[in-house]
Amino acid sequence: MGCRLTVSKEENGYKVTGNSCKRGAAYGIKEMTNPTRVIPTTVKIRNGFLKRLPVKTNGSIPKELIFKCMEIINSVEVEAPVKIGDVIIENILGTGVDVVATKTMASISCKKI
Amino acid sequence: MLKYEVVVIGGGPAGLAAAIEAKKNGVQSILVIDRDRELGGILQQCIHNGFGLHVFKQELTGPEYAERFINELKEMDIAYKLDTMVLDISEDRVLSAINTKDGFMKIKAKAVILAMGCRERTRGAIAIPGTRPAGIFTAGTAQRYINMEGYMVGRRVVILGSGDIGLIMARRLTLEGAKVLAVAELMPFSSGLTRNIVQCLDDYNIPLLLNHTVIQIKGKNRVEAVVIAQVDNDKKPIPGTEKEFDCDTLLLSVGLIPENELSKSANVKLSHITGGPIVNESMETTVKGIFACGNVLHVHDLVDWVTKESQKAGKSAARFIKNQLKDSKDIVKTFAGDGVSYIVPHMIRTHNIEDTLDLLMRVKEVYKNSKLIVKADGKIIKEIYKKHMAPGEMERISIPSSILKEQRIREISVAIGKEGE
Amino acid sequence: MYDVAIIGAGIIGTFIARELSRYKLRIVILEKDNDVANGTTKANSAIVHAGYDAKAGSNKAKFNVLGNAMFDKVCDELDVPFKRIGSLVVAFNEEDMQTIKMLYENGIKIGVPNMKIIDAKKVKAMEPNINDSIVGALYAPTAGIVGPFELAIALAENAIDNGVELLLNHEVNGIDKVEGGYKIYTNNNTINTKYIINCAGLYADYIYGMVANSHFRIIPRRGQYYLLDKSAGNIVNKVIFQCPTKLGKGVLITPTVDGNILIGPDAQDLDDKEAVDTTREGLSFVKETARKTCSKIPFHKNITTFAGLRAEPNTGDFIIEASKEVKGFINVAGIKSPGLSSSPAIAKYVVEIVKSMIGCLEEKEDFNPRRRKRIRFAALSDEEKLEIIKKDPRYGRIICRCETITEGEIVDAIHRNAGARTVNGIKRRVRPGAGRCQGGFCGPRVMEILARELGKDMKDVVKEGSNSYILTDYTKENIEYEIAKELVASSHDEESRR
Repeated sequence: MGCRLTVSKEENGYKVTGNSCKRGAAYGIKEMTNPTRVIPTTVKIRNGFLKRLPVKTNGSIPKELIFKCMEIINSVEVEAPVKIGDVIIENILGTGVDVVATKTMASISCKKI
Repeated sequence: MLKYEVVVIGGGPAGLAAAIEAKKNGVQSILVIDRDRELGGILQQCIHNGFGLHVFKQELTGPEYAERFINELKEMDIAYKLDTMVLDISEDRVLSAINTKDGFMKIKAKAVILAMGCRERTRGAIAIPGTRPAGIFTAGTAQRYINMEGYMVGRRVVILGSGDIGLIMARRLTLEGAKVLAVAELMPFSSGLTRNIVQCLDDYNIPLLLNHTVIQIKGKNRVEAVVIAQVDNDKKPIPGTEKEFDCDTLLLSVGLIPENELSKSANVKLSHITGGPIVNESMETTVKGIFACGNVLHVHDLVDWVTKESQKAGKSAARFIKNQLKDSKDIVKTFAGDGVSYIVPHMIRTHNIEDTLDLLMRVKEVYKNSKLIVKADGKIIKEIYKKHMAPGEMERISIPSSILKEQRIREISVAIGKEGE
Repeated sequence: MYDVAIIGAGIIGTFIARELSRYKLRIVILEKDNDVANGTTKANSAIVHAGYDAKAGSNKAKFNVLGNAMFDKVCDELDVPFKRIGSLVVAFNEEDMQTIKMLYENGIKIGVPNMKIIDAKKVKAMEPNINDSIVGALYAPTAGIVGPFELAIALAENAIDNGVELLLNHEVNGIDKVEGGYKIYTNNNTINTKYIINCAGLYADYIYGMVANSHFRIIPRRGQYYLLDKSAGNIVNKVIFQCPTKLGKGVLITPTVDGNILIGPDAQDLDDKEAVDTTREGLSFVKETARKTCSKIPFHKNITTFAGLRAEPNTGDFIIEASKEVKGFINVAGIKSPGLSSSPAIAKYVVEIVKSMIGCLEEKEDFNPRRRKRIRFAALSDEEKLEIIKKDPRYGRIICRCETITEGEIVDAIHRNAGARTVNGIKRRVRPGAGRCQGGFCGPRVMEILARELGKDMKDVVKEGSNSYILTDYTKENIEYEIAKELVASSHDEESRR
């Protein structure tokens, strides 16, 4: 998070400096070779306490698939109640990544959350 | 009159962590009061990921981060009231509050924890000239509309301010089908995280215009255009650099201000620099038994530090109730030296420090390859080398209590030093 | 067929409507906008002037002094905030002192009561924050501050309570003189009326031009203002004027009835009657000029800036008269400063004109001069708060933190006569969004309440004018990812950049 990475191309791959953990090194190399992203967004929810349910991909997907994923996510409507972690869309675009709920949402009929 | 040992005002990350920690430290009767319809505060609208790396060692979204604390709070049977507004706090810790169910309440607390968070600076605060049409939103308000209410705020958007909220909203708007034309930033650098610049702007080819600001808003009913110009070193627009952007929406991400109306009603002294209360090592304000933590105290960049600071406040409130906090005339003052804009806490009673003293601070400018130099009465006690420091990123220094307790110190200062100095 | 059609629902139109509603008349107000008080009335200095500066014998002089004295009663009847805080015209040199002496003598001639010329020491005792270079001041204790749009809204409500009809979104496009009256063509319908009272503010010349060769012109004169947060507090306690110049009364600093500090205006003559935009130059002029009076003004506490247009007549004085060219048509035009101060007296005078036209007016037995009191939750005692929430739980839900405004107050503001229909309409009536967060917190909640009470979707709630939509669509609907295509096209660039 707070690290400033420098990624330089070397003969046998990439070299990352400035990282304070392994996660940083992996991120740095991935960013140069095959950038992937977690998509946090929302889906429509019926009968919910709110009109939209926050969701995310539970893993990173290739950057160029972001809008294709969004098109699918936008077309989905779920019904409350939903529990945090519930799978909303399984294996989106064959990426092996699921879209999951990031919030527990009760239905309007039982207002206690 | 209702009676509680600890009343926490605000059910966002700060209030939740403080309440839970108070309970863990033996406080039995705790009440959390929040003005919104659910707990979690602003985290509930921050649906992006990036929360919790320090506290949970994993990347969570705002609602996920909040839900962990909400679940813990409920499991611990801590009482809370939603849709409830505190109107006033007296110096002897009697609160008046209202909601639709209980009506008007007087609540007596042995200790109060202020955790009301902050509000956004508005167009008025920066006095942008032009018309006053619909379509001008603060970034947080737009975030609430889009992420919680399910409404879009615009189709063609210009964002002023490149703090994290501005950057995050650039991506959110794009993912929801809007075109973000540009993000203008008055300063020569963004105060947002590099990762957010890459993942929220670069990914979508959204230009970041550093040293630029909005100098005019056009449109009678709805925003029709904004004019952006480059600014000089004094932040004055440079004639001839004006560029008009056809847009229907202007998002403002121009800073946050601690929300301290209630603190003022309790006569809590505020710092001119942070806009939040002046606190001691235990997060206690200048009014005995009233504590403060989170963004009401000073605006944080990472929620993880809000949590840690608030845990300290919660624990301190518990210690206060058990008479474990000792007053002292020997107060060590903290002093923000060259390049540092402020330090929290402001006053330290060394004997109340348990293991370490955490100093939180912000620097004034971007510093590369520099040091944070901590001095006790002019003597260097710690030096920390930093490759990069920026005003947008809070700095945190831990000082072992042993160093402080050794001798009588009057002042601890932190200043920036160049490497090699 | 109406007896009287009033064109324009600003402070003048609503005041006349309310005064005429005392009589057995069928009255309609035609307003082009979607709310009352939407023009000059909503953006001015909000001052009830003492009245010493107009030329003796002018309409301005006559109506200001008369009108000023009438404010206590009407504001009490209508439950509108009014405070007689007094005013100072400050002098920083001998030349200013001469001006002040002239103003004083003029005031005596016109009949302004209780004025005094006071020395520097007394000024500093009254206003410790005024610059030390002060030499003296003209003190006029009868000057006051009022909520101008609150007053117009209250007048409209009270007029409707007493039988007047208000037609919003009715823009007058043409008028025909017909036998025994007029046909007024609006964007909505045609209105038949015996008499017309032209209170169209900036557009009064345009309206009169529909029936006659207008002998006057209305020039929009723009003024820009800063409004500071309540925490700017008691930087001044009275209305502080600088010595007047040719263009106006100069830049003033004043508390508002709500406890904010208002600073402005400048003065700029324009052609555009809709040019209510602020400018960098105008705002910095106001700031610099105000600092000559008080260098300590905390401009960092600014919460909003705005501009208003004064309806400046080319004749130099208020035009309040029955038309000499067409029968049954009354012009009330060019009512710029001190128009608000004069409005109660102007309304009474216009009633006399109407009487003289019709011959005699019969009073209603059931005229009610009082407006149902507004509940101001923040000002209630603890016991009263307890009671009101018990009676109506909606008063237990705070919508606006900055101004402590409850849902109950907002709902009431929607359902009263001349009720709020827009977000700004709510703000002008009960103030959510008028505080330091400028609607950041309460905006979505106010929208929700408006939508619910009016049976609309939130998307159809507007900020001000009928096209000032706030939300564009639901998320997840009608999305075309044009940007996705652009990104593909530019991905080659990106490759090469790496």
